[in-house]
Amino acid sequence: MSAPNKQYDPVEVAVLSPDEVTGMREAALAAIAAAGNLEELKAARLAHAGDRSPLALANSEIGALPPAARAEAGKRVGTARREVSQALAARQQELEAERDQRALVDEAVDVTLPWDRLTRGARHPVTTIAERLADVFVGMGYEIAEGPEVEAEWYNFDALNFPPDHPAREMQDTIFVAGPDGADRAGVVMRTHTSPVQIRAMLTRPLPLYVVSPGKCFRSDALDATHSPVFHQIECLAVDEGLTMADLRGAVNAFVEAMFGEGLRTRLRPDFFPFTEPSADVSMECHVCRGASTRPGGEPCRVCRSQGWIEIAGCGMVNPKVLVACGIDPDRYSGFAFGLGIERSLMIRHGVTDIRDTLEGDVRFSRAFGMEV
Amino acid sequence: MRVPLSWLAQYAALGPVLPDAGDVARRLTAAGLEVETQERVGHDISGVVVAQVTGIEELAGFRKPVRYCQVSTGSGGPVGVICGAVNFAAGDKVPFAQPGAVLPGGFEIGAKKAYERMSNGMICSAAELAIGEDHSGILVLPPGAPLGEDFVAYAGLADHVFELSVTPDRGYALSIRGVARELATSYGAAYTDPADADLPADVAVVSPDVYPASIDDPTACDRFVLREVRGFEPATPTPLWMQVRLARCGMRSVSLAVDITNYLMLELGQPLHAFDAAQLSGPVVVRRARPGERLETLDHVVRDLDTEDILITDSSGPISLAGTMGGLAAEISGTSRDLVIEAAHFSPRGTARMSRRHRLFSEASYRFERGVDRELPLRASAKAVSLLASLGGASAVPGCSHASVEVPAVAISLPADYPDRVAGQVYGHAAVVRRLREVGCEVTEPAGSGPGPHHDHGKHDRGSQTLTVVPPSWRPDLLNPSDLAEEVIRLEGYENIPARMPRASAGRGLTGRQRMRRAAGRALAGAGYVEVLSHPFVAGTDYDRLQLPADDPRRTALRLANPLSEDEPLLRTTLLPGLLRVLARNAGRGSADLALYEMGLVFRPRPSLPGVAPILRVDRGPAVAEVASLEAGLPDQPLRAAVVLAGDREPAGWWGEGRPAGWQDAVEAAREVLRVSRVPFRVVADQHAPWHPGRCAAIFVTGEQGHQWLAGHAGELHPRVVEAFRLPSRTCAAELDLSVIETAAAAIGPVQAPAVSPYPVATQDVALVVDALVPAAQVEEALAAGAGAGLLEEVALFDVYTGEQVGQGRKSLAYTLRFRAPDRTLTDEEVTAAREAAVAEAARRTGAVLRGGS
Repeated sequence: MSAPNKQYDPVEVAVLSPDEVTGMREAALAAIAAAGNLEELKAARLAHAGDRSPLALANSEIGALPPAARAEAGKRVGTARREVSQALAARQQELEAERDQRALVDEAVDVTLPWDRLTRGARHPVTTIAERLADVFVGMGYEIAEGPEVEAEWYNFDALNFPPDHPAREMQDTIFVAGPDGADRAGVVMRTHTSPVQIRAMLTRPLPLYVVSPGKCFRSDALDATHSPVFHQIECLAVDEGLTMADLRGAVNAFVEAMFGEGLRTRLRPDFFPFTEPSADVSMECHVCRGASTRPGGEPCRVCRSQGWIEIAGCGMVNPKVLVACGIDPDRYSGFAFGLGIERSLMIRHGVTDIRDTLEGDVRFSRAFGMEV
Repeated sequence: MRVPLSWLAQYAALGPVLPDAGDVARRLTAAGLEVETQERVGHDISGVVVAQVTGIEELAGFRKPVRYCQVSTGSGGPVGVICGAVNFAAGDKVPFAQPGAVLPGGFEIGAKKAYERMSNGMICSAAELAIGEDHSGILVLPPGAPLGEDFVAYAGLADHVFELSVTPDRGYALSIRGVARELATSYGAAYTDPADADLPADVAVVSPDVYPASIDDPTACDRFVLREVRGFEPATPTPLWMQVRLARCGMRSVSLAVDITNYLMLELGQPLHAFDAAQLSGPVVVRRARPGERLETLDHVVRDLDTEDILITDSSGPISLAGTMGGLAAEISGTSRDLVIEAAHFSPRGTARMSRRHRLFSEASYRFERGVDRELPLRASAKAVSLLASLGGASAVPGCSHASVEVPAVAISLPADYPDRVAGQVYGHAAVVRRLREVGCEVTEPAGSGPGPHHDHGKHDRGSQTLTVVPPSWRPDLLNPSDLAEEVIRLEGYENIPARMPRASAGRGLTGRQRMRRAAGRALAGAGYVEVLSHPFVAGTDYDRLQLPADDPRRTALRLANPLSEDEPLLRTTLLPGLLRVLARNAGRGSADLALYEMGLVFRPRPSLPGVAPILRVDRGPAVAEVASLEAGLPDQPLRAAVVLAGDREPAGWWGEGRPAGWQDAVEAAREVLRVSRVPFRVVADQHAPWHPGRCAAIFVTGEQGHQWLAGHAGELHPRVVEAFRLPSRTCAAELDLSVIETAAAAIGPVQAPAVSPYPVATQDVALVVDALVPAAQVEEALAAGAGAGLLEEVALFDVYTGEQVGQGRKSLAYTLRFRAPDRTLTDEEVTAAREAAVAEAARRTGAVLRGGS
């Protein structure tokens, strides 16, 4: 069995003595701890853990020891090197974290700075509220029906049981479209309400029929804070077997609660529309004060003018004459209709006080409503 | 219609203590007579008593007559009062406001020095007591007025007045008679019909002594009654009670004769007219006007009559527009002593047409067109005559002239359960019959179903019986079962109708078009555009401002017969004028960076069609051809979307410069809408007003069978248009026909998912030099076509260069081509081949040359 280097130089291997190794380790650890940045740590790594570092050199001397001493010395040097290496890794991590931290702090910005580099768009509140109103009905199974804004007088009046020359026709100040020859009366009008869509729906759709029709209407009203010659209505029409005023009330209630708030009560009172019989106007409990303004000591309410109720809609059972004019058998089918002004809804629900704001197209007005109401 | 509670209570027995006015208002409204306002009147007057003027001293030396009167209230000595009126004499009874009195409006009366005398109160005019407009003189009271009595109590001034909004179907409610009936029903109180009260026994007796009358046209008038009085005292003052009631109803006191006719009209609802007998000649005939006839009406307007006008005539010609306004010539004056009183029933439609034709709206025409009780003329005229006799000292000529046309009574067959079926609530046979009788109907039950234990088979059996209902003469609006059902349901109370949860029907949700429209609106708003809804009325000059050529179809617009403004008599054929006006308004209000959009209909007449729609019958559904005839009267009404932009599209800010809105933004807005629709489209250069001829894009969509449909235009507006509409410089616009796009989109099925390849992308850049006039879109199309299907993933233009390096009239377009295969990594050879094919196709189609190549 050969034993290389049986003869070893005690001076040469003094570096493997416990004291020496400990000293090297301590020096290394101190240098690592003292490294204030990654550059210094890199130097410390080179000096204390590199190929020419004391511990590396000491390690290479182990072979010079007698076999009996190698294990112990190897263990000693190995432990020291491991400790140094661990310390290096830990310090590396620390310093890297510090460096990253510093860099991110340097990169911090003012996140409150505005960045509205595109002008802000908006949909018109009349459009969005009309969609919302329609969607309440769509949710109840109605479909959206549409019709033209320039309409045949027959659809707008006659079929809806407005007899010629009846004062009811005059209640709706009609804008007439002149005939091609310039005649004042050509049987063509700017529709005064969305009700002609009812007639179109009854003539074209199969029964039973549940439709809702939002749309633009026109009357020769003078423009003021609460009247506009161009305005929007939405109305629903149901024609089915066995429909009654109880169904109408149910639909009205469901609609009011969906649009203005849970639990709001409604009230029907007799009214007159030629196309419904019986006819009623619909008031709802004020959604703001819920009637509190009418009780003794109650705060005055601006929305309902302390009446407790707000008139919101007209409704009724479809006049059998209207069904007849549409070729529907009134002995088999009955129907109800229910309609309201969209601008009025906007005024009630959103506190619009001047209807002209909805017409003028001032971007400041519409932008306040954004994309949804 | 203004109604005082005291007058209603005269005919509705509401009890010795009148109900609370708020409750009365609530009940009237619940009965369908909406109370718009209620006013407490007379309660604000105190300290006014009946007094007597015992002495008058005329004070001289002032600019107007002034009297110092001694006024006695019966207790204590007379007091001195200054008065500026001279219409009274010593001994007259007057309303006297004592010191401390309060007059309407909180006006307090004190003792004060005036005209060098001590004035201890005030002698009042009717106006000062809010019972009329007359403040020209003192209100002189009848000699029998009790001295010292509180004037408010004496004149019955304390009252509640309700202002009713009466719907046009309920003419009967335009009278105390009708309103009192509703109130009596609501309170379950006894009702006295004023039309039946105090009638002479000979109300229907016809006498040859009365001025003769006849009806020439039975379609114009079905009842005409004349009565006469002689020796009327025209100067007789109207009694205070009548003045008060007229004033409470908002009617001016004119003269006793006129006041009596007005009073009875208010009470009964029957318009009455008084002629001066001395001004009549020959028999009175009701007829239609003859061609060329004219009449000067009470308002001093000479009216050319239409042959449809209904006239009251005598041998001299027209003397009155029936039920609308009297003629000046036969009108009673302050000296008329012999009067002819007319009461009639004119055609509602005839009076309505006449009143509109002449733009004459009177209390009489208002009532006639809403329906007057046909049974009133005999009675109302009799009451008029007796009031003229009792109040005005006239003697009545007995009997009347009575011309009448037979009108058959309406009998309606009503299944007794019909109101239940309308309401969704069981009222029962008995309630239905009772309510109809309360309305005034005669109800006949089928034989064997009369009330009584032997015939009562229970509610439901009897519910299916059919009642025969004859509505009362004052309800011409009740014509069919649904009218009667409404009466029952109304009187039973709308508040008692149950609410049933809505039944779900099988709705299909929004249509594709509806969804697309919403999505397009959201896309534009999301892209920074603000929606506006401009009104559709435009001026003919708007089309000049848009620089439209003379033959441009957009100049063919519908004209309104009665436009809101004479300046804007046309309907828009494009959205732009309205939208541009809104843009200018916003700019004027200080908003500089503007991007607006509108979606709305435009109106395009169809010259090949009649443009006139017939009025179809309504007693059955229209035939297909009839519906088509209606549509032929209407214009095309396509839905358009338009945008306009001015100022910065991207405003300047702390980040630096802004970017002005340009033609590119307008075209991109159009692309935005088209992307929503998923319709394939092409952008091509065009020259089209109102756009800048060098900065205008036309957009075509691919429709049925690959046809290219013009969908709209986009770009920068022509500078002259900008100037004409006073817009910010370089305003841009786009307008698209959504109806065209929607039609094209209807043929497109659901989106098919792409195959997303996991293989690497190969990118190649090419710079192509083309003639400057070659549109980039064409080069891009050619590259895409040349590269072949399957491998080219994307073509992106990253640079456009013009300058010396490419030569005059040429430009360089630099593209990045991204290639990728679905199933493998592409080899360099494949990529190169695809690129070369793409470039070759571009060269073939557009003459493109690789930049730097030979």
